[in-house]
Amino acid sequence: MPSDDVAHTIPAAQDSCRSCWLAAPGLLWMILFFLVPLLLVLAISFASRGTYGGIVWEFTWANYLDLLHPLYGKILAQSLWYATLTTAICFLLGFPLAYVIARSPARWQPVLLLLVMLPFWTNFLVRTYAWMILLRHDGLVNHLLLALGLITKPLELLYTPTAVVIGLAYGYLPFMVLPLYVAVERLDPVLVEAAWDLYASRWAVLTRVVVPLTMPGIVGGCILVFIPSIGSFITPDLLGGARSMMIGNLIQHEYLVVRDWPLGSAVSFVLMGIVMAAVVLYYRQASPGDGPLEGR
Amino acid sequence: MAIFSTSPLLASGQSVSSIAPTIDIRAIVRNHGSVAAVDHVSFQVQRGEFFSILGPSGAGKTSVLRIVAGFEDPDAGDVLIDGRSMLGVPPNRRPVNLVFQSYALFPHLNVFENVAFGLKMRRVPAALIDEQVRQALTMVKLVGKEGRKPAQLSGGEQQRVALARALVNKPAVVLLDEPLAALDQQLRQAMQVELKSIQEQAGLTCVCVTHHQEEAMMMSDRIAVMHQGRMWQVGTPREVYENPRTLFVSRFLGVSNELPGRVSEAAEGAALFQPADDLVPGFPVRSGPEPSAGCPATWSLRPEQLRMSRERPASGDTVLPGVIEKILFAGSETKYLVRIARETLWEARTTGNVQPPYASGDPVFLHWALGDGRVFFE
Amino acid sequence: MKPRSVGLHAVSLLAMLFLYGPIIVLVLYSFNAAHLSMTWRGATLKWYAALWHDEALLAATANSLFIALVSTIGATGLGGLLALGMEQMPHRRQQVLEGSLVLPLVIPEVMMGVALMLLFVTVHVPLGLTTVILGHIVFNIPLVTIMIRTRLRKLDPMLREAAADLGADSWQVFRYVTLPLLRPAIWGAVLVAFTVSLDDFLVTFFTAGPGATTLPLKVYSMIKSGVTPEINALSALLLVVSMMGVAAALSLQRREV
Repeated sequence: MPSDDVAHTIPAAQDSCRSCWLAAPGLLWMILFFLVPLLLVLAISFASRGTYGGIVWEFTWANYLDLLHPLYGKILAQSLWYATLTTAICFLLGFPLAYVIARSPARWQPVLLLLVMLPFWTNFLVRTYAWMILLRHDGLVNHLLLALGLITKPLELLYTPTAVVIGLAYGYLPFMVLPLYVAVERLDPVLVEAAWDLYASRWAVLTRVVVPLTMPGIVGGCILVFIPSIGSFITPDLLGGARSMMIGNLIQHEYLVVRDWPLGSAVSFVLMGIVMAAVVLYYRQASPGDGPLEGR
Repeated sequence: MAIFSTSPLLASGQSVSSIAPTIDIRAIVRNHGSVAAVDHVSFQVQRGEFFSILGPSGAGKTSVLRIVAGFEDPDAGDVLIDGRSMLGVPPNRRPVNLVFQSYALFPHLNVFENVAFGLKMRRVPAALIDEQVRQALTMVKLVGKEGRKPAQLSGGEQQRVALARALVNKPAVVLLDEPLAALDQQLRQAMQVELKSIQEQAGLTCVCVTHHQEEAMMMSDRIAVMHQGRMWQVGTPREVYENPRTLFVSRFLGVSNELPGRVSEAAEGAALFQPADDLVPGFPVRSGPEPSAGCPATWSLRPEQLRMSRERPASGDTVLPGVIEKILFAGSETKYLVRIARETLWEARTTGNVQPPYASGDPVFLHWALGDGRVFFE
Repeated sequence: MKPRSVGLHAVSLLAMLFLYGPIIVLVLYSFNAAHLSMTWRGATLKWYAALWHDEALLAATANSLFIALVSTIGATGLGGLLALGMEQMPHRRQQVLEGSLVLPLVIPEVMMGVALMLLFVTVHVPLGLTTVILGHIVFNIPLVTIMIRTRLRKLDPMLREAAADLGADSWQVFRYVTLPLLRPAIWGAVLVAFTVSLDDFLVTFFTAGPGATTLPLKVYSMIKSGVTPEINALSALLLVVSMMGVAAALSLQRREV
């Protein structure tokens, strides 16, 4: 295209923003029902709790300081650990899957990607419930293991941290596969052949060529899995026991059971801080246009 | 009413004096930042004329087209179409239609609906639309493909749809933006001929932007050569090719065999050209419009004016000796790169089968008729 | 790469099994005649039939459909206009808005739920169907806007210029060129918004009041009170419905015009 075209301007752009007003109702809605509530939570996190669960508007750091208590600290640390473990499992399962999809015949790729994404769009509650059936005391997994003679009495699988991590990995595996697929798809297969030709072993091809060149996808996928994992509520609520609580459950607990809204708000903002840090990290490494939703 | 509004040619054609140009561009300026993309460009296009704006990428020719179409406003100057100023008139109210370089066919509409689009926007009655679209499709030989979507058409067919979509509105002017650039070489040559015949048959007034000199020369009644935002020369293809006004025009329109030097002894319609390379002897040239002796100048000659022989010719031609350095066989003709000075290679051509054939390293004589070639002062 | 690709394919197969195994088991066992055991006692449709006679469940389904319908209409309207309006803004402002619109999609849903609940409680709006709908529109607007914007950006700006050149005024350009080209994206957005709304648990959980029990809320309370074959049947139904919705939405999104 000749450089004559550099200054293409659509004439509509000249009568500056006549139709910008179209955006107003939607923006107003988001401000009123998204931004304002968030600011409200922020404000409450610095207030105190009244005697009967009400709010006393006195500025205090106490709620955040309370979070340093080992009881809350343990839940925070545990959440981080579960989310990290989930991310690792998703990577180990997702990378080969993404690689195979990206290297399969072009007409199969959309179908395979759809197959990966489809479960994600189904009801999360229901999918988590499916694992309850599988992991129950007399669930299918125990039945199978007993039948195979691998165990002599049923394992306690449900209501354990293991169940939580399995459920999370199950729920968010598609988030890992999608960015990895994009990264592998962009990787020119000739580069792999070139490395091979230059005496690289299979392991060396993987670690010296494939992994470095798909790094943006790897980091992106890991962050996209980590974000929903750390903030999950349903999975630990249904599959976890009292000892495998995560931040989301703590928030719900503080709000609806203990009715300590200021403390619940403080926990919310700590969670939001962790998520925002991950989001910033994501946008730092992602190239423009690779927003987390592009693939949805 | 509706009929007239869709046919500016019919509505105004007979009454307006035929001397008035269809398009009258008056000193338009368009700045992109601090750069003048279009710098005081003026030209006129007569009714039924095929006018090409020829120039390299970035010359500002597309900007001129977009200003005429109404997608950009000039920072200064005026655009008159059929005597009426178009300043402040939006694209949808101008009696011009653009054939886009990428065709910009509506992917959701079929061929018929694409061509009918302009008529429909002006609320032409359906029966009339039907008839006019059919006429336009007949003209571009697309009858029978009305129901196809653009994606189901070949590149050449898409080009015809784009053309039909413009000319069905009977615009005062059809604007063509690199109309054949997206076609491959063979199709392109066939379409040049066809486009020209459609234009003549329909009596269209066309302004065409192209960077392809051969295309411009073959199709146009007149050519304007544009470079760095300015128009350097306007004239018939022959005028511009044979009498280029500047070295740039000369080079852009074809191969130019050049020799730097200066003019000495300018006198009485004849002058002596002294090449900068002192191993090359001086030779007489036809004097330019201003025989300013001593000024640095460049002498230029078209390859087809240059003859080549093994023996020194006996005629009164101007002769320079040289050595063949490279032979390029191109089918119908053979090109020879001949070194005539330390820094200078000239291109000579032969057609047919020369016996015995020349070989690299052969010493030859290059000669041309006295008076051929041009001197350009810097 | 042959030997290693065997390993790759094996792990991929495992991953696919991991994704679909639980779903298949769930659907399979929704037909199991046995009441509380994993042992297969023959196929039956009686658990599905039982669903039909559960009044509370039917009421919850009606609520869910109503909420999904209203919030989809609201979000498509607001989000679609937002996308069109953003298109005309200066580039920089578009980027900022685009970034802000991702926020509602990444912050933990628990947090969005409690924040909305706090707002409604603070301004003394009683929790009910209305509050749920308001909340659903909030998370659906960004989805709709992003989907329509993605399509808008893929549109060739030349098409709009061509339409203007052929005599279309700005309304006609929108009516005859932009809108028809956006139609698949709009229908895709409608389907996605509807599905997401239908499936939502957390925002509903925090913003629903008495009488506003939705299907996911009902499923949750059923699960919490113990595993029953009816839940299996209900879950299988929900799975199939949302999968069909999404498959339709995606095929619309991808369809070339």
